[in-house]
Amino acid sequence: MDVIVNLFCAAVLAGTPLLFGTLGEILTEKSGNLNLGVEGMMFMGAISGLAGALFYENLFSVPGGIPAAVLAVVFSFLFGMLGALIYSFLTVTLRANQNVTGLALTIFGTGFGNFFGDVIGGRSASGYAAVGAATKAVFQNIRIPYLSDIPYLGKLLFSYNFLVYLGIAVAVTMAVFLNKTRTGLNLRAVGEDPAAADAAGINVTKYKYFATCIGGGICGIGGMYISMVICSGVWVNNCVSGMGWIAVALVIFATWSPSRALLGSLVFGGLSIMRMYIPLGIPSQIYDIFPYLATVIVLIATGIRQSREHAIPKSTGVNYFREER
Amino acid sequence: MNLIRSRSAVEKKEPFVRMVKRSGITWRKAYLIRALALICALLTGALIILLLGHNPVSVYADMIKGSFGSRISRIETIKIAIPLLGSSLCVALAFKMKFWNIGAEGQILAGAIAASYIALFHHQSMPGPLLLIFMFLVAVLAGGLWGLIPAVFKARFNINETLFTLMFNYIALGFINYLQNGPWKEIPGGFPKIAMFAFDARLPKVFGVHIGWIIVLALVFLVYGYMKYTKHGYEISVVGESSNTALYAGMNVRKIIIRTMFISGAIAGLVGFMQVSGSDYTLTNYTANGVGFTAITVAWLSKLNPLIMVAVSAFLAILQKGSNRIQTDFKIPASAASLLTGTILFFMLGCEFFITYKLIFRKGQKNGRNR
Amino acid sequence: MTDELNAIRLMDITKSFGDVLANHNISLDVRYGEILALLGENGSGKTTLMNILSGIYYPDSGHIIVGGEEVSIHSPKDAHDLGIGMIHQHFKLVDVLTATENIVLGLKGDARLNRKDLNETIGKLSAKYGFEIDPAKKIYNMSVSEKQTVEIIKLLYRGAEILILDEPTAVLTPQESEKLFKVLRNMRNDGKAIVIITHKLNEVLAVSDRVSILRKGCSVGTVITGDTNRQELTELMVGRAVSLEIERPDPPAIKDAFLKVIDLTCVDSDGHTVLDNISFTLNRGEILGVAGIAGSGQRELCEAITGLYPIKGGAILCRGETPSGSFHENIVGKTPTEIIKKGVAMAFVPEDRLGMGLVASMDMVDNMMLKSYKNGKGPFTDRSTPKKMAEHMIKALDIVTPGVFTPISLLSGGNVQKVLLGREIASSPSVLLVAYPVRGLDINSSYTIYDLLNEQKKKNVAILYIGEDLDVLLELCDRIMVLCGGKVSGIVDAKKTSKDKLGLMMVHADSEKDGETA
Repeated sequence: MDVIVNLFCAAVLAGTPLLFGTLGEILTEKSGNLNLGVEGMMFMGAISGLAGALFYENLFSVPGGIPAAVLAVVFSFLFGMLGALIYSFLTVTLRANQNVTGLALTIFGTGFGNFFGDVIGGRSASGYAAVGAATKAVFQNIRIPYLSDIPYLGKLLFSYNFLVYLGIAVAVTMAVFLNKTRTGLNLRAVGEDPAAADAAGINVTKYKYFATCIGGGICGIGGMYISMVICSGVWVNNCVSGMGWIAVALVIFATWSPSRALLGSLVFGGLSIMRMYIPLGIPSQIYDIFPYLATVIVLIATGIRQSREHAIPKSTGVNYFREER
Repeated sequence: MNLIRSRSAVEKKEPFVRMVKRSGITWRKAYLIRALALICALLTGALIILLLGHNPVSVYADMIKGSFGSRISRIETIKIAIPLLGSSLCVALAFKMKFWNIGAEGQILAGAIAASYIALFHHQSMPGPLLLIFMFLVAVLAGGLWGLIPAVFKARFNINETLFTLMFNYIALGFINYLQNGPWKEIPGGFPKIAMFAFDARLPKVFGVHIGWIIVLALVFLVYGYMKYTKHGYEISVVGESSNTALYAGMNVRKIIIRTMFISGAIAGLVGFMQVSGSDYTLTNYTANGVGFTAITVAWLSKLNPLIMVAVSAFLAILQKGSNRIQTDFKIPASAASLLTGTILFFMLGCEFFITYKLIFRKGQKNGRNR
Repeated sequence: MTDELNAIRLMDITKSFGDVLANHNISLDVRYGEILALLGENGSGKTTLMNILSGIYYPDSGHIIVGGEEVSIHSPKDAHDLGIGMIHQHFKLVDVLTATENIVLGLKGDARLNRKDLNETIGKLSAKYGFEIDPAKKIYNMSVSEKQTVEIIKLLYRGAEILILDEPTAVLTPQESEKLFKVLRNMRNDGKAIVIITHKLNEVLAVSDRVSILRKGCSVGTVITGDTNRQELTELMVGRAVSLEIERPDPPAIKDAFLKVIDLTCVDSDGHTVLDNISFTLNRGEILGVAGIAGSGQRELCEAITGLYPIKGGAILCRGETPSGSFHENIVGKTPTEIIKKGVAMAFVPEDRLGMGLVASMDMVDNMMLKSYKNGKGPFTDRSTPKKMAEHMIKALDIVTPGVFTPISLLSGGNVQKVLLGREIASSPSVLLVAYPVRGLDINSSYTIYDLLNEQKKKNVAILYIGEDLDVLLELCDRIMVLCGGKVSGIVDAKKTSKDKLGLMMVHADSEKDGETA
């Protein structure tokens, strides 16, 4: 029983960056934009979150703390947004190919992360970029008196860092937004059929920009999770290492539903830490392949059975131009 | 009625700017726009350099010197360009078919693994030239097969190839990690690394650079001819435009997708062979080192034309070699290369818009009404 | 004062697309309480003009006056705010949403979407106008006429006072059209201004109060419907006195069956039966028309015969041209290439010209070789033969193009169709399948196409003609097969039937089959 509880908790922690990435991309694709730059935006969020916290620490010469952590969240969101803004400008306004623009964003974002990671590291005394102990502490798992002490349940529900709860809140909010609000309905219409949405008086460009940029910001927070939680506030080159891409695949697994994204990221989080909990007697490098292998299997499984209701928004990947004829 | 009220809500102005499709543009003007975009991208790079507290002119000059200044640096630059050009050809074939193969990286590794297997464990069983030919063959086959698997799933079940090919990159990379740490480790218990190849398994040099540069240049013309003048090339274009049309024309779309992806993967496999046998003399998890991704940039910037790819990959190789140089000279991280590549790509993608459309700004208030 | 009567006044509107001048100094008045027909051939600029009014396009120059004030309409939203609503030929509805969701799309209101209340409101509104519609039904489950109803309710719900309908009857049966006209008259009597875009004279005469005629992007005049007649309208529309009769050469007296389709059944990927036990015979030297509401199985029928659509049951027997004899050969399960190898020269002009029949981005030469590129030995393509063919075709069919190396996508609709039909005819087929060959073409091009088809008919080619305009089907074809929901509701002699009869057959698969000659 303990093994299962531990595995579950570890899976939640490992799956949270995937959750942010998946949610961000779901929102993006709901507007008809297929942004393959999730990996790049996560890199941008990862470094800028770290930089934001460091900025605060250096400004006040303190070892960080809650304000530094808040700044990390804000910075990562803003820089994820910046990446998405470049993407939106190129695809929505300048009508560039979505596939290639997304790939370019990945190349750019990866370079952005590693470049500034090295620059910041090179300028600090230690030679590498690392946040202070107080900031690190904010990203530790919480402990709520009494609640966290409930056997099993306490650990299962009340033992994570604050970003986990933020991620779940984003998922729930997004589900309500898409299904129960007018703005959500309008956004879905834009992604399904921009011409129809346009004819109904919806500002397609505005919706695409907003959804893609906020989606990018959410991806950025996912990247910050990697640098602040998984890498414990130390910059590691190439730290995102494909998680952005798995998130893109998880969107398909989640059939564009935020609530199913919760399940998907839990499963894939579990796969990535399995070697520490379930010994199968195989080399650890083979364990590392599992998430990627599972993604392929998910792609095949979801690709073979397709339905109209739970499908990709119809206009995804295609740019809209009102005057095209 | 409510009509009266809402009417005033509508502005009585022409929109500030609107876009109109151009009816045609001279190639000279189109290239001028592209050149301007490239300059803008380099200026953006200069801005970042300036913010870091360096002089952009001397940094750029150092990059050029670092990639051309000496015989050794020229050789290094060419060694970077070879795999880049090869992978761009691989990517171009698939992209022409609108098959988004971003798995060149993995296909390179598959070829490299296969070639390394022969080089490491069978180098004594055959004479040198034969060994190299054999390594070449298995690498091409392995790369082709690694590209073929996603193609089969795309052709039969319409599975998203972008993610499929990408995941195959990580799987191939993970497999090399495993080989390094396990069965192929040079010294059991020692540092996880694979042994250097025997001399027989290394590609000969011509003018100081391994023979791969000749192979890849020959490949440029082969791929160019294949795409432009053969029945297969015609089929690839039609499938890329519309698979419905291809079916209508009596083409076997599945077969064409699978065949083309095998060739695409095979070219990447060949690149993998040249990397391990010509450049590194061993297999590491840096054998491909992102070249499969940069190749996408090259292919796209060249508009899938192999001849233009030669120039573009040379350009990006200079960028990369130059970035290594400025890391030592200015302490600017070498990842500046991919930052700058991304920026250039952004500008080039954006500038196509100005080639297709022209902008019409609102006329001055005076003559706006009575034209 | 006069402006108050006018709902809309357009003055000197000009709009061009690249080199094409779609609207040239057009002026037009629309009044409340009347139905205005905007008449013109395909390509005369009707839709462009109305798209300018509804905010889809922005004019290069000219003035728009709504209710006495000059306005400028930047987007469909601006048009809504002015009370202008348009129903486009291709409905602007989101498939996966319900009727209600589509109707309230983009409107202001409570942040929360209260589906129950909205359904009720919309149910009441449609009841008031006498529409029968389920507000909670998804669009993809709806028939064409239901979708059109949703579009009309959408405009009414938004308080549109000026309604524009683009070719609203193109997808309706004659009976459904009559029902629609009744609705339009009711709305006119309600004081709304209605514009109906059409190229069909019957409709103009049946429903409109005034007619404005466009020709080649220019306005050629406005007449009171009661004061005019078919002949005058035709002259105004085409620019000269023409007879709009289509030639119909007699088919051979002795019937010579070329294609026999027996109990053909096809199922789509969702498991729905799209062709249900179809049986018919296609004779040499005749044109067999196929009528039916859009999506009744026409596309699947063509594609099944040409080997592009999987067949679940039945047989397609075809006269093989092999020297061993002329016995009927079953071509079910064969690929297009195998069918050609069997010696069946089949040509097919699909509905989707640029997405299936041709490659839009390629030039004429490359398009010529689409079906014949495999000819000749060796791995290389031969482009000299197709180039000669393209040059010959440009002369023979009067194709307007800058040259054989110009991408097809830059050609006008009529020229694109000439290239496609020309290539198919050049393969000297013995059976020719054409789907909606004159859709979107102007009158001149349409008649060129009819002539080309008749020429083939005289050469004893068996022709299957999928059409939508019942008037054309009745004049051009020898027999007409009516499809309804994937079933054959009957095959009738074109000379002995009427539009109304066809209309009834289009909606009732099991209607009486009198007059059947097959």
